[in-house]
Amino acid sequence: MSLIANLPSVDSEMRKRTLLAIGSFLLPLLVWCLVSYVPFIWHPKVEVTDPGGVDYFQVGMLVDKSQFEDETAFTREERLPPPAGKPANPIYLPAPHEVAKAFYTGFAKQPVQKDAPWLHESLWHSIQIIFWGFLISSLIGVPLGILAGTYSTFARLSEPFIEYFRYLPAPAFGALAVAILGIYDGPKIAIIVIGTLFQQVLIIANTTRKLEATIIEAARTLGTRGVKLLTKVVVPGILPDLYRDQRILLGWAWTYLIVAELIGTSSGITFYITQQARYQHFDNVYAAIMIIGIIGFGTDLILGRLSRSLFPWDRTQDRR
Amino acid sequence: MNPNTLPSYLDQSEPVKARFDKINQRETILEVRDLGKRFRTPQGEVEALRGINFSVRRREFVCVIGPSGCGKSTLIRILAGLENHSSGDVLLDDKPVKGPGQDRGMVFQGYSLFPWLTVKQNVMFGPKIKGHGKDEAERDARTWLELVGLEKFADAYPHQLSGGMRQRVAIARALVNQPRILLMDEPFGALDAQTRSKMQSHLIDIWKNIDITVLFITHDLDEAIYLADRILVLKAHPGEVQEVIEVPVPRPRSPGQFNTPEFLATKARLEQLIHPAPASEPEDEQAAQPQMIRFTNVADNVE
Repeated sequence: MSLIANLPSVDSEMRKRTLLAIGSFLLPLLVWCLVSYVPFIWHPKVEVTDPGGVDYFQVGMLVDKSQFEDETAFTREERLPPPAGKPANPIYLPAPHEVAKAFYTGFAKQPVQKDAPWLHESLWHSIQIIFWGFLISSLIGVPLGILAGTYSTFARLSEPFIEYFRYLPAPAFGALAVAILGIYDGPKIAIIVIGTLFQQVLIIANTTRKLEATIIEAARTLGTRGVKLLTKVVVPGILPDLYRDQRILLGWAWTYLIVAELIGTSSGITFYITQQARYQHFDNVYAAIMIIGIIGFGTDLILGRLSRSLFPWDRTQDRR
Repeated sequence: MNPNTLPSYLDQSEPVKARFDKINQRETILEVRDLGKRFRTPQGEVEALRGINFSVRRREFVCVIGPSGCGKSTLIRILAGLENHSSGDVLLDDKPVKGPGQDRGMVFQGYSLFPWLTVKQNVMFGPKIKGHGKDEAERDARTWLELVGLEKFADAYPHQLSGGMRQRVAIARALVNQPRILLMDEPFGALDAQTRSKMQSHLIDIWKNIDITVLFITHDLDEAIYLADRILVLKAHPGEVQEVIEVPVPRPRSPGQFNTPEFLATKARLEQLIHPAPASEPEDEQAAQPQMIRFTNVADNVE
């Protein structure tokens, strides 16, 4: 309410913040453009445009700069026509425009290889895996975390084991998950659940413990007891923080996705990436990696916006 | 005023004496008998309260005052049922207190409002827990918000209110359950001086107009004298009742009474009880004596 007095400065502050946010993306892009388009920055390879007298050179071939210079010197000695070439970056660093094109063709054109999935098909499959993995993890982890954070007996009974279990790397359970759940989506979802669940219980238990003691005491003096204390006071009291935790945990679930999708029959975006890398289509690889970032970041942005309207009383949002 | 010319704080004028006679004829709401509280710490067992005895009559305003560490907060938390006591009895209407309940309202120093509920919903919380319907709870809430003068802010969230307003909501939230006694744990401690004195007058107004008994904890001597019928003075280590003072300042009270002889006499007595002799300053306080070093030019004086 007191913010009304300095609204104009808040407005310009917001504009400045938006500009900086855009800048934080433009800066790395600028570096990438410099490395890709300015010939004298890096460019350790030479792309052959005319093989000249070198018999094993071919048009479009990438050779090391030193090798190209040796061969040029050799042709000079032998009085053969010299090869021609232009500075180039290694194949694993495509230029921005190539990745942008791959981005477009990934969605718009049939993949080059037969039977290979389209980019969006792979992506959709991955999103489903994440969704189910995170949902199952949350259905177990959120109630457990709240219980552990509220009742110390429950915490002492459950947390030591969970602390232990969270150090077991989720991918280590890959073979086991396949043996139990088959080779398709089951083990992938299981890996995401194993990777997320144990952290989730501990984080949410911690958040629950941070709820101010006087709020609970006030509720008790107003006659609240037992389950009602949990449903009417603890849960609404921690809801904004719980929501924030879930946003962070969803990010973790994405990191487990890549491992999960390599288990059993590989599928989804990871399959797409490994497949494209195998054929040295690094432009496609970058496009696929970036789209994971875009989806993850985009979801978080939307969830962040949503929390403003979901929790109008939450003051920690004002500080950002 | 010269302290020698002050009357004794034990002298009561006729109306004051008559008032205390009337109070003493009323029924006892709260009785504390030989209450003790010990708890274990890594340094050993600590006796927070020992042999506390007092009783509060219906519609009496009792303040509890004492130096820090005298266990006044522990006392009120035991009365509220938020903590267990080790020995003795706490009787409300002759029935022993067991755990927190709606028969004792509590107002905390920190703003303990539920931040996710609007002002009105905060006040409706108690009635709803009791199982009242939404309409009834809302009607009750409106009545009590009107009493504390916040009906216009019914749909605001607590974080949009000032400290004084929040405590008004907290009072309304406690009173809506129509408790037998209102327990207040330094409720105005975090407020600025001006708001605090406004809230004190407001609290007296509320107390005058409804059937409520108040037990009020404070460390502010003026506040205690201004508000209370009787003041329970505690001493620290262990917390014991040092004296129960019947405040000789006549009612109705007003801020103009702060300089009356009765007021000053009572205050002098409280000072004497709570800050006895300067020699008893704790050792760690003495160790922390500042040593002034001059950081400015010797000629550059401010006084």
